[in-house]
Amino acid sequence: MDEPVPSRQESPVTTTTAPAARTGQAAARATGLSKVYGEGETRVVALDGVSVAFGQGEFTAIMGPSGSGKSTLMHCMAGLDTVSSGSATIGGTELVGLRDKQLTKLRRDKIGFIFQAFNLLPTLTALENITLPMDIAGTKADRQWLDRVVDTVGLSGRLSHRPSQLSGGQQQRVACARALASKPEIIFADEPTGNLDSRSGAEILSFLRNSVRELGQTVVMVTHDPVAASYADRVVFLADGRIVDELTAPTADSVLDRMRRFDAKGRTS
Amino acid sequence: MYRTALRNVLAHKGRLLMTALAVLLGTAFVAGTMVFSDTLGEAMKNSLSKSYSDISVLVTDPVADSPFRAKDRSGPNRGKLTDDTVAKIAALPGTERARGNVSGFVGVADRKGDLIGQGWSSRGGNFAPDASGKDPRYPMAEGRGPQAEREIALDRRTADKGGYHLGDTVRIASDGPATERTLVGVFTTDDPEVESGGTLTLFDRATAQKLLLAPGQYSTVAVTAKPGTSQDELLQKITAVLPGKDQMQAETGQELTDRQTRMIADGTTGMKTALLAFAGISLFVGIFIIANTFTMLVAQRTRELALLRAVGAGRGQVTRSVLIEALLIGVIASAAGLATGIGIGAGMRAVLDALDAGLPAGPLVVAPATVVVSLVVGVVVTTLSALLPAVRASRIAPVAAMSSGDQPAAQKSLIVRNIIGGLIAAGGLGLVALGAASGNSSGRVPVAAGAGLALIGIFILLPLLSRPVIALVGPLLRASAGTAGRLAQQNAVRNPRRTAATAAALTIGLSLVSSLTVLGASVGDAVDRSVTSSMTADYSIKTANGISPDPKLATAVAKVPGVAAVSPMSDVYWKLGGSQRAISGVDAAAVDKVVALTLDSGSTAALGQGQVLVQAETAKSNNWAVGSVLPVEYPDGSTAQVTVGGVFKKNELLSPVVMANTEVFKHSEDPYVTQILVKAADGPNDGLRKAIKDATGSNPVIDVKTKQDIRDEFSKIITFMLNLMYGLLAMSVLVAVLGVVNTLAMSVFERKREIGMLRAIGLDRRGVKRMVRLESVVISMFGAVIGVLLGCFLAWAVNGTLESSLPGLTTVLPYGKLLVFLALAGLVGMVAAIWPARRAARLDILGAIKTD
Repeated sequence: MDEPVPSRQESPVTTTTAPAARTGQAAARATGLSKVYGEGETRVVALDGVSVAFGQGEFTAIMGPSGSGKSTLMHCMAGLDTVSSGSATIGGTELVGLRDKQLTKLRRDKIGFIFQAFNLLPTLTALENITLPMDIAGTKADRQWLDRVVDTVGLSGRLSHRPSQLSGGQQQRVACARALASKPEIIFADEPTGNLDSRSGAEILSFLRNSVRELGQTVVMVTHDPVAASYADRVVFLADGRIVDELTAPTADSVLDRMRRFDAKGRTS
Repeated sequence: MYRTALRNVLAHKGRLLMTALAVLLGTAFVAGTMVFSDTLGEAMKNSLSKSYSDISVLVTDPVADSPFRAKDRSGPNRGKLTDDTVAKIAALPGTERARGNVSGFVGVADRKGDLIGQGWSSRGGNFAPDASGKDPRYPMAEGRGPQAEREIALDRRTADKGGYHLGDTVRIASDGPATERTLVGVFTTDDPEVESGGTLTLFDRATAQKLLLAPGQYSTVAVTAKPGTSQDELLQKITAVLPGKDQMQAETGQELTDRQTRMIADGTTGMKTALLAFAGISLFVGIFIIANTFTMLVAQRTRELALLRAVGAGRGQVTRSVLIEALLIGVIASAAGLATGIGIGAGMRAVLDALDAGLPAGPLVVAPATVVVSLVVGVVVTTLSALLPAVRASRIAPVAAMSSGDQPAAQKSLIVRNIIGGLIAAGGLGLVALGAASGNSSGRVPVAAGAGLALIGIFILLPLLSRPVIALVGPLLRASAGTAGRLAQQNAVRNPRRTAATAAALTIGLSLVSSLTVLGASVGDAVDRSVTSSMTADYSIKTANGISPDPKLATAVAKVPGVAAVSPMSDVYWKLGGSQRAISGVDAAAVDKVVALTLDSGSTAALGQGQVLVQAETAKSNNWAVGSVLPVEYPDGSTAQVTVGGVFKKNELLSPVVMANTEVFKHSEDPYVTQILVKAADGPNDGLRKAIKDATGSNPVIDVKTKQDIRDEFSKIITFMLNLMYGLLAMSVLVAVLGVVNTLAMSVFERKREIGMLRAIGLDRRGVKRMVRLESVVISMFGAVIGVLLGCFLAWAVNGTLESSLPGLTTVLPYGKLLVFLALAGLVGMVAAIWPARRAARLDILGAIKTD
């Protein structure tokens, strides 16, 4: 890795200028996105007219207290869940109204996923897991790109191992490589460090940041950890299904600070 | 613990469904078999007692219509049942009524001239009207009883089958030439033989006697006692007046009914045992599924069971809770199986009635034994199958409750299992090879024991075999279905024990089915070749009832244009060369054309000079050769010397000694003719067959068969037997399908998370379906391939022991059929996967990938 792993204490990002890769164009965009569960008395509004754009080449963190709708927002934008109203686009493609088949194809070709529980196939080797999305699509992996990705996540020596022979951190790095391997339009990461110890977590986070800076990827990460959020270029705060705030060039402290205000508000209201 | 078990059953209803169905099918088979055979036996008994109800004593002349009557009648204390006998019995003080019955073989031709029904159940008898002109045994449905020589009455079914109406001319034949009669009556009867599909032709008494026995003679006398006279009393009195005491059989109505009842009971017990054996196979297959299900359930509930242990449940309690669960399933499924079985029993009756199988009517019989056996068998099988998983459940450490449960528990090593399996299989194979090498019946015991051992060994080794065998199809799967194929292959070998247990259920069914198929094909081939290789004639003329065809027929047939050679094949048993020997008689001039004779020395021309031919083995063991002179003793008492004129290679059609028919007929007035062989000048054709048939007097009793007909007859029997077996084994295959469904459903449930992830990263529903379906096909095919291989092996081993009794028997593999079995197994896999694949495809992605 070209950069030393930042410790949790020091603030990792100090620059206030936007990253070089950013072009200002949105890789994904939500407009007036609402998601309502149930009806009548059991009606729950998970997302309430959310409008947000995730720029290309940008690392965005979505934060918010439990039940704020941050996971729902991600699921809706990733085509895993249906929306009640509004619109969600990935790279200019409208998700609303797509059939399951088209959504599946879109997820396969344009979206990368990183899950909290790694979700690797135990029967496949690390390399096979990484190339799985392309195998499913029936396309050939771009060898050069694949080598670069594998190199960046530092797995070169373990490609023939099976997940059960890898540590949690290594498994998540395989998952990251899998998300990157097909050069997706956007990568959604759902609490990617939730199941990891702090050291492995930090590795994954800097890796995600590097993939944005150096490989020009777009990453959206849902997290409740201020330190994780501080690796991002921008933090979007959700509460009660609405976007309530956003921070650019966050630090762990500034994020924590902002979160505390939610807590206070939550307690007083 | 009882409550926990009950809750578990309720909570896992869906997952236990297939297990319950497997038990249900097995017990239904048991119950259905018992209900059906009890019902059938009861109905036959009822029909018997009805038909014997007015018989107090029955006197039978066992040789009355025997073809050997002339010979058997000689000697002391022999006699006939005559009008005089009937009158004497009728005059006894205890006799209410005595009735002389005539019975013998009578064949009825249909409109095409062919025999209606089977030769062995075609009978003729006398119409015995009482004072009112009616015969109580044969009430006329239409018309009247026969009164003149040209008149006959037929039973309802035969008349219908032949399409005959009153006034029609019907061709019938007994032992002599066919004659034409007029149908004057159609009757119904509860005669068991007629009820179960036989044909019965009635004549007036004089005609019946003339045709079937001799004027004034009867085959049986049925006596009804006066009220107040016991059957035994009457029997004693009757015995005193009988002619030929040593020959006549007299028994009371009770004895008769008892004897017949016992025979029926033996018959139904035999059928019941055979059917129960197949039910046993289904239940045995079910064991694999039940054990598999509980193993999976216990694995899935590791945390839950560990928690029970952690909060203080003892090992025994955990074991018991799993067993109680199994017991509950067993009780519910067996009860349902019992009900289904009773339905099957009733349904089978209905089907057989609809097929006109000619079974006597009667009520459905559900014996207490049926209820008890079905329930006990179902419950015991279920509980015993769950025993191992239950014990395993108790070994779960309490600490497992704290584990994340994310990683599947490490699988136990298979090494011990493989070693044990390997040893047993090797021992079994060794025994089989040993037994098969013996080539005779002494090898049967080692073959049977070895085959059993080999089967068990292979079953133990199935998990080991699963990886290499399934790996073989890997490239094919990948090529045809890409990623879904690769994932399917890997999923199939992920848990070798589970795959093995699932496949084993199919392996059992398939190994039985394919071994029977290979055996059938091998035996059929051997018979076929013996027919083809020993006979060069184009036609064989035989009688439907197995009596000797009149040798004069040969003369008639020889005159048919297009017939090149004719030879009756006669069979005698004379003293020759010092001991009694079977001797075949052939026409010296025709033998070369009708029998495929290979002579080691001498020539067939010698037959014409009164010399004999001797089979090579016989010649060798007696040190006979061409030119040897042997003493022969004829049945007429004269003796002579015959010369050996040739030595021939063994032929299925011929006894070890062959003589010219002229010699045979010279010394025996009535030799038995097995068949008449006919060689056509220009090969067989339909016109010639018709001409030959006409030359025999268009007799329905005389069968003119081509070589192909004979082959077809054998293959029909073999095909029928095989189809019967297939039908019975279908149940165990069905149970095996349930097992595949079960395993797949469980696997889909356990791999929910993975499937969700695959869907998230872009595998579409079709891909998921294909993955599950292919896994199912792979597992099924694995079971089927092993099953077919084992089946072929078993059949080969059995053939080895049959070799001595069926010469020329070699193992013939009907590749087409075996491939069809494999294809069907693949189809079974597809069908079994329908429901699990749909479930997998419809999985809610978010719900599946959710952590926790």
